[in-house]
Amino acid sequence: MTDHVLTENEGITSRLKAAVFSPAARQKMLAFGSLIVMFVFFSFANEAFFQLDNIMGILIATAVNGVLAIASTFVIITGGIDLSVGTLMTFTAVICGVFLSEWGLPMWTGVLAAILTGALSGLLSGTLIAKLKIPPFIATLGMMLLLKGLGLVIAHDKPIYFNDTEGFSAISIDSFLGDYLIPDLPIPNAVVILFVLAAVCSKILNSTAFGRYTFALGSNEEAVRLSGVNVDAWKMAIYCFSGAICGVAGLLIASRLNSAQPALGQGYELEAIAAVVIGGTSLSGGVGTILGTIIGAFIISVLTNGLRIMSVEQDWQTVVTGFIIIAAVYADILRRKKQ
Amino acid sequence: MTLLISISHLNKSFPGVRALHECQFDLVSGEVHALMGENGAGKSTLMKILAGIYQRDSGEILLEGKSVNITSPRMAQDLGIGIVHQELNLMNHLTAAQNIFIGREPRSRSGLFLDEKAMNRNAQAIFDQMHLRLDPRTVVGELTVAKQQMVEIAKALSFKSKILIMDEPTAALNSAEIGELFRIIRQLKAQGVGIIYISHKMDELKQISDRVTVLRDGEYVGTKITAHTNIHAIITMMVGRELGDAGKPMIETGTDEIVLEVKGLNRGKAIKDVSFNLKRGEILGFAGLMGAGRTEVARAIFGADRIDSGEIRVHGMSCRISTPADAVAAGIGYLSEDRKHFGLALGMDVKANIVMSNLRQFLSMHLFLKTARIQQTAREYVKRLNIRTPTVDQEVRLLSGGNQQKIVISKWLVRDCDILFFDEPTRGIDVGAKSEIYKLLNQLAEQGKAIVMISSELPEVLRMSHRIVVMCEGRITGELSATEATQEKIMKLATQREMEQAA
Repeated sequence: MTDHVLTENEGITSRLKAAVFSPAARQKMLAFGSLIVMFVFFSFANEAFFQLDNIMGILIATAVNGVLAIASTFVIITGGIDLSVGTLMTFTAVICGVFLSEWGLPMWTGVLAAILTGALSGLLSGTLIAKLKIPPFIATLGMMLLLKGLGLVIAHDKPIYFNDTEGFSAISIDSFLGDYLIPDLPIPNAVVILFVLAAVCSKILNSTAFGRYTFALGSNEEAVRLSGVNVDAWKMAIYCFSGAICGVAGLLIASRLNSAQPALGQGYELEAIAAVVIGGTSLSGGVGTILGTIIGAFIISVLTNGLRIMSVEQDWQTVVTGFIIIAAVYADILRRKKQ
Repeated sequence: MTLLISISHLNKSFPGVRALHECQFDLVSGEVHALMGENGAGKSTLMKILAGIYQRDSGEILLEGKSVNITSPRMAQDLGIGIVHQELNLMNHLTAAQNIFIGREPRSRSGLFLDEKAMNRNAQAIFDQMHLRLDPRTVVGELTVAKQQMVEIAKALSFKSKILIMDEPTAALNSAEIGELFRIIRQLKAQGVGIIYISHKMDELKQISDRVTVLRDGEYVGTKITAHTNIHAIITMMVGRELGDAGKPMIETGTDEIVLEVKGLNRGKAIKDVSFNLKRGEILGFAGLMGAGRTEVARAIFGADRIDSGEIRVHGMSCRISTPADAVAAGIGYLSEDRKHFGLALGMDVKANIVMSNLRQFLSMHLFLKTARIQQTAREYVKRLNIRTPTVDQEVRLLSGGNQQKIVISKWLVRDCDILFFDEPTRGIDVGAKSEIYKLLNQLAEQGKAIVMISSELPEVLRMSHRIVVMCEGRITGELSATEATQEKIMKLATQREMEQAA
């Protein structure tokens, strides 16, 4: 018995090892390194980059995509994919608009409506995938178009403005942190929400049964099923949870624009998936971290912002982003091969 | 000794197939009850009904005297029935402990979070009970197949299982690991666990089982006490006829014409200075333990893995092989041990698979498939190799292991390869089909093909090979002629480690 007892020290070192040397961790470090390099590069390349205003701009720009990327991370770790996160975000914003601007209900109902709408839509995607066995790519492609159309119908092709709801734009833009806690750090709420959500989701992913099944499904779904776990129910729960987070993204973007823009949304899903993949989450499932996803989201916004400041044309920015995604995934494949 | 399971009049059909018909089986505590039968005899169906994966159509299952209806894997677990699946069902990205406790993780006091520490502690307790040295925090994907198997067994035990079903547990283990597995099985027996043991390996039965039940075509054939019967009788029960002993006496087909010469092959730690030659018309056996480097040598020669150094000469001419395409062009074929993954397109039909490796031959104007020619060629090979399939349009996944293997062989014959590497050609193939594969190998040798046969089953190597090369830890430790080779001599060479050799 004695030589089997694990000492606490051993536990810490092996955990440390896992934290530093696991494939996901290495991709994360590489991604973080690239982020720093990019940051330093743009700071030297153009002095307008390293200015408080610009940094704030980057942070705010990352908030929405970051939240969507967190939503996608869960689904992608299960080995699935969700193409509907972008238009779902818009759809939840539109529903929120209907509650607040058309029906004039109090703000909390709009917030609740957005998150619940997201959860319900996610549950529907999850049901299509788990119960009707429609491949995730197709099920969520359908949901993407369905939600886009439905949003436009409900909003009558026009933006819904939140002018009548006092304090709605404060959700994203104001700084609770700057106003009440640290006056010198006027970080907008949207960014704080991103980081709090990331921390909570990271805890959920790593320390709860929900998180465990997320990884387990991506690793070997059949094995989980044969272990007596209700695979379908968990899968539906994961898509549902992911949808609820899309609702949060919908609130953030609606609040930032002080309107629900029904034509917006398509394309956001690809940027979210890109952030997830750059952050080291495997598209084949079983591997991934929230921290990596956040780093991935920042890489995309720093790149976009930096290139814009250096007056690179919009079209070329897109080209560079595409290149970065391919490079990031190839780097991951190379490392895996070496093992 | 209590009666754990008693099954009678069990029936189960799938669309178009009668998997089990009026089947019976029983198990008492503290025994190892082997379940035998050819592929498709109904063993797996019976096991899956017990494990709650399939539901019976009719019949009675008594568990310790009480009639039960097992409707889900979870229910089977709750009833104390654990199963170790043939194809390991583990989540490679999770740790050993996480795998064992999937679906019933210990929670923190709040019930919100997982109690990882308690989980590791509990897993460690089970490993200790098994006298197994393994850190429960190891990620399963990094373990050897043998250790993964142990994790599966630990998982089954963690349910406090009174009944443990093991489906071909030794298929991927070497003899040392099999010894370890048997030690654990005996220990479980002593603790009163009843074990249902499915295997194709006859020699294991004598070693480990107390009783043997044989199924054939979904029907119960009989139950024997292992000590009072012999392997020959069991085989006869399984196949329902006397099996001719194919392949013996060995036909002398070897010539002196060297078709393949390998000199000083090196690849990292896997292959160390491997040299050998292969003659036209001979079957060269490659023996050794799992992980001895035999598959690696075959893959290196076939161009599937890069080599560090070495020379390969085909028909006396030095050959530069850096991709499988180069190897095929030189007339070398490789039949992977894992035919489902690397050898076949399971969802496609027989004819498509047969012509796949040489499709160019079946194109008109380099573009269009000559369907009639493909049909004709496929039929030819189906007849020549005696592949049992209703038509050449049948999907390959619906055929048995033996017939699938024959299709892989036809692929390479169509390609006109005269040097063939067979990697574990009879793995997962039942007794009847095995002897057909042996016949086929002999025929090919007679026709002048040069064959390398990698096999972990010593009786097979001894029976088939004209010469035997033995490997250990990446090196060739010896070569034996068919007349001098014995199991003992091969095992001695197969375990001859580098240090011992130097001493």
